Amino acid sequence: MTTVHATIAAARFGFGPKPGELAAIAPNPVGWLRQQLYQAPDLPARLRDFPSSAAQGSVIAEALYKNRRRGPPADEAEANQRQQDRRMVLGQFRRAYQHEAGARTLAAMDTDTPFYERLVHFWSNHFTVSTTQAQVTSLVGSFEREAIRPHVLGKFSDMLLASTRHAAMLIYLDQAQSIGPHSLAGQFGDRGLNENLAREILELHTLGVNGGYDQDDVLALAKILTGWTVGAIRQVLPQRLAQNLPKPASQADGGAFLFVNLFHEPGTKTLLGRDFNQGGEAEGIAALEVLARHPATAEFVATKLARHFIADDPPARAVAVLADTFRRSDGDLRLLAETLISLPEIWSTPLSKVRSPNDYVIAMVRAIQLDLTERDAYKALKDFGQPPFGAPSPAGWPDKGSAWLAPESLMRRIEAARNVAAAMPARIEPNAFLEATIGPVANADTLIWVARAPDRVDGLALILAAPEFQRR
Amino acid sequence: MVINSADHRAEGSAAASPAATDCEENQQITRRALFQGGAGAMALLAMGVPGLSLAALPTDRRFVFVLLRGGLDGLAAVPPYADPAYAAARGSLALAEPGRDGGALDLNGFFGLHPAMANLHRLYQQQDLAVFHATASPYRERSHFDAQNLLEVGANRPNGQPDGWMNRMLGLYGAAGSRLGIAFNQTVPLILTGDVPVSSWAPGGGDAPAEFLERLAQVYGHDPLFSRLLGQAVAVDAMAEQAGASTMAGGNTPNQALVRTIGTAANMLRAVDGPRMAVIEVGGWDTHANQGTSNGQLANQLRQLDQGIGLLTDRLAPIWDQTVVVVMTEFGRTVAVNGTRGTDHGTGGVAMVAGGRVNGGHVLTQWPGLATAQLHEGRDLRPTLDLRSILKAVLNQHLDLPLADIERYVLPASTGASPVQRLIT
Repeated sequence: MTTVHATIAAARFGFGPKPGELAAIAPNPVGWLRQQLYQAPDLPARLRDFPSSAAQGSVIAEALYKNRRRGPPADEAEANQRQQDRRMVLGQFRRAYQHEAGARTLAAMDTDTPFYERLVHFWSNHFTVSTTQAQVTSLVGSFEREAIRPHVLGKFSDMLLASTRHAAMLIYLDQAQSIGPHSLAGQFGDRGLNENLAREILELHTLGVNGGYDQDDVLALAKILTGWTVGAIRQVLPQRLAQNLPKPASQADGGAFLFVNLFHEPGTKTLLGRDFNQGGEAEGIAALEVLARHPATAEFVATKLARHFIADDPPARAVAVLADTFRRSDGDLRLLAETLISLPEIWSTPLSKVRSPNDYVIAMVRAIQLDLTERDAYKALKDFGQPPFGAPSPAGWPDKGSAWLAPESLMRRIEAARNVAAAMPARIEPNAFLEATIGPVANADTLIWVARAPDRVDGLALILAAPEFQRR
Repeated sequence: MVINSADHRAEGSAAASPAATDCEENQQITRRALFQGGAGAMALLAMGVPGLSLAALPTDRRFVFVLLRGGLDGLAAVPPYADPAYAAARGSLALAEPGRDGGALDLNGFFGLHPAMANLHRLYQQQDLAVFHATASPYRERSHFDAQNLLEVGANRPNGQPDGWMNRMLGLYGAAGSRLGIAFNQTVPLILTGDVPVSSWAPGGGDAPAEFLERLAQVYGHDPLFSRLLGQAVAVDAMAEQAGASTMAGGNTPNQALVRTIGTAANMLRAVDGPRMAVIEVGGWDTHANQGTSNGQLANQLRQLDQGIGLLTDRLAPIWDQTVVVVMTEFGRTVAVNGTRGTDHGTGGVAMVAGGRVNGGHVLTQWPGLATAQLHEGRDLRPTLDLRSILKAVLNQHLDLPLADIERYVLPASTGASPVQRLIT
């Protein structure tokens, strides 16, 4: 049954096969996957020319603009001007984002290391930053490039630290302007502690909602993280505070991480029964280290991985194996990926997951080798309700089929399948296409009805709309 | 290259129906026509949804939740024109008193309705509409996203529950709960997502020929999930077809789309074996700039909502005594006008409950006042009633769900918000 395994390797670990790929994988599906873990690819060529977060200084100052302490506009003309300026900047953010969102989708459509690319999508979703906050729209792409990709085969603790320090996360979850009530800055102003990032780190990034922490731990972590902000904070603080901040390394580091001791809450904080009083930036680093190594984190991450790669309700044994690997290896993500491909549960249950819209669109385009523009790719995902980096909440996109398939959304997929089938090059015949995509896992009914299809386009549409193509 | 069929509709492309050119005889037979589609269509229906119309549904009561996304300005929709601080606090956004040009429609001598809402005014006078003022969810910050999330998951903080409270409510009906819920939207909004399967319908789409769907149903035969969903989609479309979706007036502007959606929704809700619990979403309430008063941007929005609710009440007339419509938004807006002739994200706002058995004709509020010292954080209408008090009353008094179940499963951590007494008679 090597070919079934080839389909599982291509569809479940990747984004579905390109033409000819199944045949190439078939002799050694596990080897094909493992190889991708040891030849960590460079940043896809399509993504190399996008700006770094650090370089987006003025952009990020604008992102914090709404909190800037400016007086009320002098007159209506000024009010209109401010409104117009803001709209223009947000429009620029939006265009930059759509450009990169499309490029990122195209990268998944043409990659030769799809397992690696899926892991990027998985971890990006685990540490969600989202364009639902308009101010971070221009930063979400750099977040994935800078905080996620470098650590996908590295240590969980490094990814946690990198994501927490990234401008996109600091702004998305309101950390950039969180100020300890007893800090020097806290004495000055009316801004205070914001516990949003601290709460989501505990609930969504590390321990999980049932991970055994309480509101006091949220508060403690929020205090520990005070002072973690971005360079652009200089431009939005009142002058009397800004002049006391560390001098910028360069003019263009507004998006770089900055620790501001003026914001940092003094004193001892007790998180999960441990005291933290190192002071300064080190305090937050120490706390994240503890969270990354906590047994509840191992359990939480293992469950999410198993849900993503095995089934909506993952088997307990597989979760236990993954959690054990996480604990023993200190969160070694390459080893975790290795463990995944060795789990018998994965190879014995084909088609147990429903493809998300992201996965469905990418799989169609890979199979057909459609020539899309960045705009096409972005728009297809947006219209299916899953634009890249657009998750509705910090919890990320759901990973259960029930969240994606409703009667009306299924009908839209069927209609999309018909549109795509009609646009496929005439050289593609249904039988060959079926063989190259879902052949090894196709049900007998599917084979019969595709064979009976009244014409080529109809047959192709049946394949694209079949459960075997909508699952992975 | 366009993948999603929604694009075709949006762009009005002539190539929207590639199948039509392939197969001439299919041209007129779309899935919307399945209802008249003869034996094949009926077989498809029966296969997809076994026993769809055989067993009785567990309730005859209808519940429609209208979710206004963006933050409705409650002080514009229901102006407290007789509050001594009203005119000064609202400045250029203040509406004139009842009887004057562009003035509010009077409710009780203190509050009025925005002049664009004649249908709601009529309902109020018929005592079929209760208006709540100075109400809010437990959320006290100002992010749309978090505020909507909290309202939809039914918790006392954003993301405090993993699924929507209406879905958990459907869970109280046991297995039959999966036949009750529908979102009038392409995807299911958070408020209705969860373990219980729900249906969905949206205008547009519908260019897959019946004959193709019948063959696809054969392919889906081996997959229970896809089989069920296709059956539901076809059934709900058939119902929409019967309800006159394709013959309803209305084009593609958001306003027309809402009227079309609501018209179809009402007809589906009327059906004996149709859905019982519906969610309708209306966007466009985030009026930061050029909000307008008796005319303008917000007036147009309110008129659209009013027309929609008017249509809903007309179409549901035969079952109006079994129906409750709830209108809510994620938060109110600032009392004062901002620098761009609009209002910013606020706190207290309005909610409305309409239905044949609603104890209407009242504005229910502990009015906090509009003087600066009376405002929340010196800028917003101070909330004095938890939205969950209204929801709990509707669920308990209209849907007859036990309060203990509501507090345990549907709206956990809401014991502090006691249900409004005698909201439904």
